[in-house]
Amino acid sequence: MTPSVRDLQEQGLGVTLRRDAWWVAPALTALVLGSFGIYATWAAWTGAHYEWGPYLSPFYSPLLRPSWWPLSPAFLILVFPLGFRLTCYYYRKAYYRAFFLDPVACAVGEPRHGYRGETRFPFILQNVHRFFMYAAVVFIFILSYDVLLATRWPVNGVPANGAMPPGPREFGIGIGTLVMAVNVILLASYTFGCHSLRHLVGGSVDCFSCARGGPARYRLWRAVSVLNRNHMLWAWCSLFSVALTDVYIRLCSSGIITDLRIL
Amino acid sequence: MAEQRRLRLFRGTREHGELKEYQVAAAEGMVVLDAVHAIQAEQAPDLAVRWNCKAGKCGSCSAEINGKPRLMCMTRMSDYQAGETITVTPMKAFPVIKDLVTDVSWNYEVNKRIPAFQPRAPDAPDGTWRMYQYEVERPQEFRKCIECFLCQDVCHVLRAHEKHAEFMGPAFLVRAAVYEMHPLDEEDRRSYLRESGGIGYCNITKCCTEVCPESITITDNAIIPLKERVVDANYDPLAALWRKLTG
Repeated sequence: MTPSVRDLQEQGLGVTLRRDAWWVAPALTALVLGSFGIYATWAAWTGAHYEWGPYLSPFYSPLLRPSWWPLSPAFLILVFPLGFRLTCYYYRKAYYRAFFLDPVACAVGEPRHGYRGETRFPFILQNVHRFFMYAAVVFIFILSYDVLLATRWPVNGVPANGAMPPGPREFGIGIGTLVMAVNVILLASYTFGCHSLRHLVGGSVDCFSCARGGPARYRLWRAVSVLNRNHMLWAWCSLFSVALTDVYIRLCSSGIITDLRIL
Repeated sequence: MAEQRRLRLFRGTREHGELKEYQVAAAEGMVVLDAVHAIQAEQAPDLAVRWNCKAGKCGSCSAEINGKPRLMCMTRMSDYQAGETITVTPMKAFPVIKDLVTDVSWNYEVNKRIPAFQPRAPDAPDGTWRMYQYEVERPQEFRKCIECFLCQDVCHVLRAHEKHAEFMGPAFLVRAAVYEMHPLDEEDRRSYLRESGGIGYCNITKCCTEVCPESITITDNAIIPLKERVVDANYDPLAALWRKLTG
């Protein structure tokens, strides 16, 4: 029997008439996101080497150490940045393609199943993104404060064990201070370009000239839109910077590298 | 002598068909639609192909070229390697009528169901309204839509999962955004978008934005803002409390 057009087009996972390397992007995404997930889980689980001198790893900030909590302090706070990224509109695209293969790439076959998108549990929970965004904004201020603390050095220097001694402080900048500052800038660019924030500051307004504070909200919406245009770039850069900041502080704390004091 | 290019075209109907190979003489600046027309003129006079403007503005010649949804008139033959066979198939998300022509009438039915534009009462006694250019820029981006339905074709909710009954598709989320974000419009389409429109089926994979020949930022500027409006109405208890307090 002669095939129908549907027989000639894609049916089943990975079947397509496309001839380009469509599988490279989802494979890279799976590799990088998967590696980050494994590293972040390990780094949070260890509960050690997360601070050195005035530096504090972003995985552990704000540092909460209640006596009743038996696990690593990272697990008390990581739910917020993790939830923000998991429900982020950009990361949804990335992991739906890379991990759920739904679809693995545009116009490429996917496994047949009862697709419900984000209309039912669990993916309907993606709609809570704005609440994680509120928390993420608070974290930007907390991490900025950490950068400020990373400029307050003990007058007699950081002892060999890396612990901050009590006593007077002086202004100083080390490589770690710069690493933490770049991390906050990248995280802020990602957070303040969030689609939910864009909606809340002005995107929900139709008539800016009629709404209360309309012109100001329009300017805010435009500003968030500038960052939002490159949301994917900020998402990746900030993911790398968070991991690299933790790696840097971990290496300093473990004594593998020595932090260079610039000022 | 002109270089010969190989094309494989789908020939057949909804029930049965095949990919048939043709050779055409390539000319400088030739697009895929030119090659299909050359085949129609010289080798297959019964070949069905829908086209109109040949300038990327009418949205008629949508098809899939080497598996990618594209306008045939805007795809240059020189985009492909000289020895490469170019495969042209009809859009997968819609039923084939014949050869490269699909029945896209479902789209027009979806369009009719979108709650219409409802302007507020006129601002001036002469029955006119006042608005500013910066306020209408958002819906104006969506007005660039040429109704080629490539975004509908590439959307996996329609293409792979065939949710035509439940999901309106990206093209009509864009159309709804034209009205919903207009500074004069007063209609609330959020419950329509959530229920009949099935906006929750969209999982933001951005294929629609990738294929749009008018470069409309479909996902970021239309679909996600509409999803956020649906969240306002249905999933945000703080917004509900605020509405209750402020009336």
